Amino acid sequence: MDYGQSLLITLPEIILSIGGLVLLLVAAWSGAKATRAVSISAVALLVAAGVATLCYTGDAFGALYSGDQFSDFGHVLIYIAAAISLMIAPRFFQRAGLARAEYPILILYACVGMGMMVSATDFLTLYIGLELNSLAAYVLASFLRTDERSAEAGLKYFVLGALASGILLFGMSLVYGFTGSTSFVAVLGSLGGGMETGALFGIVFVLAGLAFKISAVPFHMWTPDVYEGAPTPVTAFFASAPKVAATALTVRVAVDAFGTQTLAWQQIIIFIALASIILGGVAAIGQTNLKRLLAYSSINNIGFLLIGLAAGTQEGISAVLVYLSIYVAMTLGSFACIMQLRGPDGEPREELSDIAGLSQTNKGLALAMAIFMFSLAGIPPLFGFWGKVVVFDAAIGAGLLPLAVIGIAASVIGAFYYIKIVKLMYFDESRTVLQTGDGKALAWIGAIMALLVSPLGYFSIPLLGGFANNAASALF
Amino acid sequence: MSDIGFPILSLLLAVPLVGAAVCLFVGASAARLVALLATLINFVIGIVLWASYDPAGAQWQFVERADIFGPFSYALGIDGIALMLIMLTVFLMPICIGASWNAIAKRVPEYMSAFLFMETLVIGVFAAQDIFLFYIFFEAGLIPMYLIIGIWGGQDRIYAAYKFFLYTLLGSVLMLIAILWMVRAAGTAAIPELMVYDFAPQAQTWLWLAFFASFAVKMPMWPVHTWLPDAHVQAPTAGSVILAGVLLKLGGYGMLRFSLPMFPEASAQFMWLIFGLSMVAVVYTSLVALVQQDMKKLIAYSSVAHMAIVTVGLFAFNQQGLEGSIILMLSHGLVSGALFLCVGVVYDRLHTREISRYGGLSINMPTYAVFFLLFTMASIGLPGTSGFVGEFLALAGTYQASTWAALICTTGIILGAAYSLYLYRRVAFGEQKNVDAAAMSDLSMRELWLLAPLAGAALWMGIYPESFLQPIRRDVSMIVERIDRAKPASDSQLVENVGWTERFRTVREEHHENTAAGGAH
Repeated sequence: MDYGQSLLITLPEIILSIGGLVLLLVAAWSGAKATRAVSISAVALLVAAGVATLCYTGDAFGALYSGDQFSDFGHVLIYIAAAISLMIAPRFFQRAGLARAEYPILILYACVGMGMMVSATDFLTLYIGLELNSLAAYVLASFLRTDERSAEAGLKYFVLGALASGILLFGMSLVYGFTGSTSFVAVLGSLGGGMETGALFGIVFVLAGLAFKISAVPFHMWTPDVYEGAPTPVTAFFASAPKVAATALTVRVAVDAFGTQTLAWQQIIIFIALASIILGGVAAIGQTNLKRLLAYSSINNIGFLLIGLAAGTQEGISAVLVYLSIYVAMTLGSFACIMQLRGPDGEPREELSDIAGLSQTNKGLALAMAIFMFSLAGIPPLFGFWGKVVVFDAAIGAGLLPLAVIGIAASVIGAFYYIKIVKLMYFDESRTVLQTGDGKALAWIGAIMALLVSPLGYFSIPLLGGFANNAASALF
Repeated sequence: MSDIGFPILSLLLAVPLVGAAVCLFVGASAARLVALLATLINFVIGIVLWASYDPAGAQWQFVERADIFGPFSYALGIDGIALMLIMLTVFLMPICIGASWNAIAKRVPEYMSAFLFMETLVIGVFAAQDIFLFYIFFEAGLIPMYLIIGIWGGQDRIYAAYKFFLYTLLGSVLMLIAILWMVRAAGTAAIPELMVYDFAPQAQTWLWLAFFASFAVKMPMWPVHTWLPDAHVQAPTAGSVILAGVLLKLGGYGMLRFSLPMFPEASAQFMWLIFGLSMVAVVYTSLVALVQQDMKKLIAYSSVAHMAIVTVGLFAFNQQGLEGSIILMLSHGLVSGALFLCVGVVYDRLHTREISRYGGLSINMPTYAVFFLLFTMASIGLPGTSGFVGEFLALAGTYQASTWAALICTTGIILGAAYSLYLYRRVAFGEQKNVDAAAMSDLSMRELWLLAPLAGAALWMGIYPESFLQPIRRDVSMIVERIDRAKPASDSQLVENVGWTERFRTVREEHHENTAAGGAH
């Protein structure tokens, strides 16, 4: 084993870990004063880690960690999402009186964990990455200590997360017991020639644990509460980066470890995909809180992502990655818009009724929000449409025509509440005058994301599709 | 690229799009001017387009293509059918802007912007040569129309907007799946290539149904027509004009471009489904129109009835039926658009669409009454107006396919005369029993300028339809040729194809002989 090479391949994780430790020391000594500097350094570290990811490829530490193109794609997307979550946060925490340096540092550690998740080629690496990410996430969810809802969110996330980790671990131990290895390659090999019932149980439990992490139905219950209770920048983070990591991880496990037993997991994935699309659509209709609504929207979107995975082909995986990229842009943009809503007292507003008549008080914000909503609904010419096209195309290519038909018909349910938000902003009269706009960072991020998902996004199809294809080909 | 050296179709798309962007950044009166200017420029470009279209030239003209989107390309090009529908669009658009000149007072820049955006999308649908590009334009129209109905509509606008959006979305997403499947099977996304690709008959059945789900809603066909009356009643006048004039044509265009040439066997298989639904629609919606108290609703139901005649004509599998359907679509675009404008004129004065609130308008509004009469007659299909040409040809084509379908659909003409004349009598004739209605002023100069071009076009199409038939003839005959192999048997017993003059001569000679024989007796 060549340690030098292995260290270079894991360089992004090393940069972030050591950088995080240094920043922690800085924060410990200089207190809240250093918050700004720490945030900026954290973004710089993410950029450095991103560059390091792209520089080295190959397997590290035996077959524990892989720096292939698939993991590069995941890393870069995660770092971008994390950096944006850092940029939109400062004002929010300042107003809450909790502008602390721990926030950027926790995000960095979550990123280390997520990086390991997308690169894991062994169940042990997978578990360590997952737990590292989750521990940081539990703290982040309850970051607003003074807020009961935030504390509740953190606790709920922790308890249910621990349960899911237990399920996952149990599944992993079954798989290990029946195949004799934790390495994906070895598992793939030994599942190749037929499978015992125990191993099937293992696969089911592993997928159930992972379904919890990506908040797919029926393991989605924590999502709305955590999204609503967590501080909004943290919710934006939860909805983007960890989703990328957990989805990429699920894809890798399904293809690299269980790829010889496609039929065993395909029907599970098909079921949770359709259940997520339908429940994510139906349950969102009655919501009155914007963050809760977006939580259901994320469940809904996970359903579409899983359709690409259900296809199980290289094309399907590539579609998943394209969809993920577009989804990250849409969801971060929506949160950047929501964070700009504040009542006359300056407090953040997040109720649906608060955005009534927004198009008259703040045209730009309403337009951006409308773009995100139509895009999430998958209405052309917005770019969200393209994400749907590629996943459904992959499903059709894999011969899953009934899945595609049911999935797309169910997407109309989701469209209802997206256009309801547009209705509130454009058709209704405003009741409360909101102060909108909260610093340049939010406005810029909202605007950039809106441009990305606007029809201009179509020009990026050759580029994005090329990257996604390369990444997907690394798995096959 | 056939004739002119620059990408004229892209220009046609770009002008309203730029106008839409500009509108968002200017005030109300400037936005009106920008919108009018943009639509007029587009009209002029449209005339250039028509003038330089060569009916005997290549099937697809003004072709542009750029592979900038990866799996699908930006490919434009038109044939005669698309040309005529684009002309209809660019002709109606300035009129719509004019109709909303004073009627829309709130949020004018956004309104104008939505309309211009709409124009780009509709022209895009007719001009797209890549099936994905087509779908993007086709679906995207939902967004501006949703906003137009929802923001500037009447009392129940929100319900109507939701209904419009979700109905049409559900119809279209199934089509998307079919499109994805087709592109895989045929290995191309180019519409001209798909039009000559032979899909397996079994697959055609499903594909046809998926496309039908979308087009039937857009058309709209009975029983999925119910969004239309709601949307029409709630939309502002210009919204109704564009909805009836252009958007309803998307369904018919889709059937012409996709259902018939791409799935001939399935079209034949489902001919009776179309005929059945259309026959029900013609009779049922005409009867419903007869009892309406709301003018807009009445015209909306009459639209459904007219569109049903379009669909039977389309599926008659012969030249006359198809030509008649296309002409009827164009005619309906002009006439129903004009009728909605006529309603808008009185609505702007009295702010009600209830028929009983009017009466005797021919006394105080004589010019208005003349125009209204002309358009009513055109809607009925009086010879000399555009409606006659379309309905006659479509029904003559239908007769060749099925005498029963022709018989039942023709009753629609009679019922159409009934509800149209009944409407006209209650609004324009009779006593002036409402004082406020009797005090209304006649057409203003602006309104005259909106209605006069429509009247001119409707008469032109009625008196010399050859101008409109000539560009589409070759394209229609290509479709007929393509679908001929699947042509279902018909029950009509047509005489041998003898030329008219010859037949006339034979009859006369027989007559002569008879009289001669009688004389010798």
